[in-house]
Amino acid sequence: MINISSNEIVETIKMIRDEHLDIRTITMGISLLDCADEDCNRACGKIYDKIMRCARKLVSCGEEISRKYGIPIINKRISVTPISLVAAASKTDDYLPFAKTLDRAARELGVNFIGGYSALVYKGISKGDEYLLNSIPEALCTTERVCSSVGVATTKAGINMDAVGRMGRIICDTAKMSADNSSMGCAKLVVFANPVEDNPFMAGAFHGVGEGDCVINVGISGPGVVKSALEQVRGEDFGVVAETIKRTAFKITRMGQLVAQEASRMLNVPFGIVDLSLAPTPEVGDSVAYILEEMGLEKCGTHGTTAALALLNDAVKKGGVMASGYVGGLSGAFIPVSEDAGMIAAAECGALTLDKLEAMTCVCSVGLDMIAIPGDTPASTVSAIIADEMAIGMINQKTTAVRVIPAAGKKVGDSVEFGGLLGAAPVMPVHEYSSEKFIERGGRIPAPIHSLRN
Amino acid sequence: MRAVVTVMGKDRTGIIAKTSTLLAENGVNILDIAQTILQDIFTMTMMVDIEKCSIGFDELAAKLDELGREIGLEIRIQHSDIFNSMHRI
Repeated sequence: MINISSNEIVETIKMIRDEHLDIRTITMGISLLDCADEDCNRACGKIYDKIMRCARKLVSCGEEISRKYGIPIINKRISVTPISLVAAASKTDDYLPFAKTLDRAARELGVNFIGGYSALVYKGISKGDEYLLNSIPEALCTTERVCSSVGVATTKAGINMDAVGRMGRIICDTAKMSADNSSMGCAKLVVFANPVEDNPFMAGAFHGVGEGDCVINVGISGPGVVKSALEQVRGEDFGVVAETIKRTAFKITRMGQLVAQEASRMLNVPFGIVDLSLAPTPEVGDSVAYILEEMGLEKCGTHGTTAALALLNDAVKKGGVMASGYVGGLSGAFIPVSEDAGMIAAAECGALTLDKLEAMTCVCSVGLDMIAIPGDTPASTVSAIIADEMAIGMINQKTTAVRVIPAAGKKVGDSVEFGGLLGAAPVMPVHEYSSEKFIERGGRIPAPIHSLRN
Repeated sequence: MRAVVTVMGKDRTGIIAKTSTLLAENGVNILDIAQTILQDIFTMTMMVDIEKCSIGFDELAAKLDELGREIGLEIRIQHSDIFNSMHRI
């Protein structure tokens, strides 16, 4: 065979056919800064026109690439400039029309999610941010495809505890407002520390102000491939484990790079980054938890899990970095509970707790993700969960996030069904002792010192 | 443009004949061909040149898929770049 051996061809096909290798998302980032207008209707019109113009061929192009290379491309998505920045110019305090405009454009283009109904409030809350925050519960519950994210902390600015307090209430309100739909609104809402501007993954994708007018970012996946590769080196030491993960990550990422370049060429839009993430799906065999268990842990969440995840996350990056010209986004292993069959099983049997998940987020991307908690959890407790996670991000100079679902009417032991890639989540217990007075204080937690590191 | 045709499944007579006939009928030139039994599965890989193919790539892929269904095998065609990029630096 010219250049490539049969074994190599079969290896690739096996990855795709049996091990769930896919391109998780091609995400087009679109700047809406030039759509600001003092008239809200005019601004919405410009936003709609620009999204439709830029992303007209996004879905058909994704499908064509998928057929050409025989690799599934699961999602075609759009991220836009944080709407709080665009809408601030409009003389209105009602931002819902902006959410509806994004939803309509996404629906007509056939993309399943559009991210960027967002605000960056890590130091202060401007008027535009204020209106956007107020509208989040209704925006998420009256639209289908709009995703929202709010940056409340950075390493350089510290943690805006006023915003953290607000987000706890907003998450609880969103859960109640979408009670008849498994509190689904919360699955589309992320709270960030150190948010990244080129993340292609939902629900936290937005198109940062440092980005160009339009860009193509690609997110890859492949936990099943890594798991399968590790099955071949059972009992070997960690040097072999790390090396095996690196090699696999390299191959997976090369495919992401190829797809990104091809999409960029076909759409005539610059290539931004490849996000080297291991993104699980609820399908058995596509789980990050099972990779950790393959390393020798009886159940994900037991002692040793954080170390295993640290190795996995680091090896994925090392292997992937050389495979792509530009790496960015969140790049690491995702641990969304509801989207990972192994995490679900571990949470259901009590091996995996919220506290252990929090520890795991110290060494991986991204954070407490897709975790269902009891519907009667006080807003101040949700805020305190956010505060802890933001502190981890702030101190460790990494992106962390919280996407929790206080599932309306549900208690520990129940399960919440989201459907599709979002999966199903067992309701996990939270600490019952109050954090209310802590959250009531408000103000800011100052930016940390980055000397004298211990 | 080069593509890789793979046929996987249970071995039987006439697999190569049927596949190569379909390719020839549509102006596809076979550059190289190899067949092995990997993990008990018959696997044939063909490197083909589809520059002069008389039909579009999607249509060719659909025809190969249809043939695969007829003879109870998986037949797929993929642009060769996916293998090059994954296995060669």
